[in-house]
Amino acid sequence: MPDTYFYRYDDYDRTLVGERVEQFRDQVRRRLAGELTEEQFKPLRLHNGLYLQLHAYMLRIAIPYGTLSSRQLRKLADISRKYDRGYGHFTTRQNLQLNWIRLEDAPDALAALAEVDMHALQTSGNCIRNVTADHFAGAAADEIEDPRIWAEIVRQWSTLHPEFTYLPRKFKIAITGSPNDRAAVRVHDIGLRLWRNDEGEVGFEVIVGGGLGRTPMIGKTLRAFLPRNELLAYLEATLRVYNRYGRRDNLYKARIKILVHEVGVERMRADVEAEYAETRDGLLGLSSETIEAIAQQFAPPDLPSRPTVVGAVEALKLEDRDFALWLKSNVAPHRAAGYAIVTASLKPAGAPPGDASAVQMEGVADIADTYSQSELRVSHEQNLTLPHVAIEDLPAVYAALGRLGFAEANVGKITDIIACPGLDYCALANARSIPVAQRLSSHFANLARQHDIGDLKIKISGCINACGHHHVGHIGILGVDKNGVELYQISLGGDVDFGRTALGTIIGPAVTADKVVEAVDAVVATYLDVRNDGERFVDTYRRIGAQPFKERLYETV
Amino acid sequence: MKLFSETGLPATYVALPFADWRTRSDWPAVALANTDPVEELAAHVDRLRLVVLHFPKFSDGRAYSQARLLRGRMGYRGELRATGGVLQDQVAFMLRCGFDSFESDQKGFGEALARARTVFSVVYQPAEDGRAPVSLLRHERRNAALT
Repeated sequence: MPDTYFYRYDDYDRTLVGERVEQFRDQVRRRLAGELTEEQFKPLRLHNGLYLQLHAYMLRIAIPYGTLSSRQLRKLADISRKYDRGYGHFTTRQNLQLNWIRLEDAPDALAALAEVDMHALQTSGNCIRNVTADHFAGAAADEIEDPRIWAEIVRQWSTLHPEFTYLPRKFKIAITGSPNDRAAVRVHDIGLRLWRNDEGEVGFEVIVGGGLGRTPMIGKTLRAFLPRNELLAYLEATLRVYNRYGRRDNLYKARIKILVHEVGVERMRADVEAEYAETRDGLLGLSSETIEAIAQQFAPPDLPSRPTVVGAVEALKLEDRDFALWLKSNVAPHRAAGYAIVTASLKPAGAPPGDASAVQMEGVADIADTYSQSELRVSHEQNLTLPHVAIEDLPAVYAALGRLGFAEANVGKITDIIACPGLDYCALANARSIPVAQRLSSHFANLARQHDIGDLKIKISGCINACGHHHVGHIGILGVDKNGVELYQISLGGDVDFGRTALGTIIGPAVTADKVVEAVDAVVATYLDVRNDGERFVDTYRRIGAQPFKERLYETV
Repeated sequence: MKLFSETGLPATYVALPFADWRTRSDWPAVALANTDPVEELAAHVDRLRLVVLHFPKFSDGRAYSQARLLRGRMGYRGELRATGGVLQDQVAFMLRCGFDSFESDQKGFGEALARARTVFSVVYQPAEDGRAPVSLLRHERRNAALT
């Protein structure tokens, strides 16, 4: 039996990561010795995940396609204890950030990561970043194909790519293998969506030029159907066009979305296809054997049949209202009968979203060992997922997560807030995000009320770079600085679901920090008054528009 | 500015700026800005002995693509020189993209260049240095295991 059900490094992968650590060790030594200027050193450290924040260096560790083993999670806990302050922050890009790393320690921390076949490569800098994928991959009932196979193929191709390490700007790729997009593929530089055409063949829809940041844009279809084996050649053609023609005169206009916007998607498509016509027959074509060799490593665990209806679960549902709510919000259907996908909420009431202490990481790792094939996922919503839990085990998993503070029945609800690190950590931020999230999650802590409000996503960014994805929040909150005062702009109607992706609209003047809770309360109260039966918040907003929300909000604050 | 070459003596031709070279394209040496259309050299690669590509800043990576197009697509075999922001921490990437001579005044550049092909003993992508990417090595290994 394999020890994991996802990609396992071979000696080639290990050699490369090990050599990279030693290269960086030498670069750090030269920086500390004054042989490298900060300007020269900056891209080198960024390409190794080391980012300078407000108070200290931050190490952003890649968790490719959000999948990790319990052993790896334990190591992350270890590293956070040894080189940081005993906690970490899971991000919207399936990374883990450690906020208090010393430059001198960074090579050792990276060496420790390499011991469990992990790295921090290309988690920052103007290169192809850590590739993200659906966090339910390999378990979801609605999946056409496991997107992680392709994310791993892209990971390898993009790692230390000699042509694309000094791009105009960062480049983010996300992949989904399900019709229900859980990877936000329309808001990435390139989004890849696996789908089956009328002939029964599976291929990619290639979406280009999406993104949030200060110029939010929904990605456009570059190629409606790309045969899978042509993926790398097509990506290489696209990246080459971007590397050559993407703007470099203005940092804020350097993402591929601006190029696509300025030349138009038709011209972009023509340029990419022309480049691709020259590249497609080269060495980047993927043989079915190569694909199969990687696909095999993602073969799902052989899950023994377990009962689908369990008396103890039904009994506890009646007895414990919170457990019943948890089943509704934090447990999703699994493709194997008798199993479920469990999301551990890293958003307990009043806590910073996405944070986990070393003790909590180890606790979740233990739960994964006992109940979920030793496997975990990090979701772009900053939660941890246990992908293969038997329905019979749900009461035990609920209790164990509860002991860690991770059993809040709020996944997809109003307190499952995405927030960037904000002014508490980030040098770019204009305003704090985490305290706003904490106040909101305390205010709306009542679970029955949250479930009554239903699916409602709040996303908070502390500046227009939009790391908290506020543009696609059903309620988006953006921190701005006005003459030294932190104010918050509220937008409504954003959505990241596939086919419904939309950017929110700013509802009116920004409010002060102490009014954010009241403002959100007014928006929620408006919704509760006017919603139709079973209508989600964002659908009500679409039906009636901004005006009723706006009136109530500005009467209140 | 010191000139480092991997291929013995560097070419001594004066490289004409692209605009001038266009008017006399029989000249064997040309220097391109990273916005110049490298494709226009395609008909002349057999005659060219030196192509100079420029990095206005080390962090401006356009010339990497120009280099790969020259080597991979157009089959240029003469000297390919990098100028401008040429630093030891980027030289391994430059070698992979097909550069074989470098203008740099960075201390220790020569020593770094000598080591640059071995800093990484494995590569994941096909590029212009003829190195077999990992996918190919794995393929060979699987075949060897089968026989």
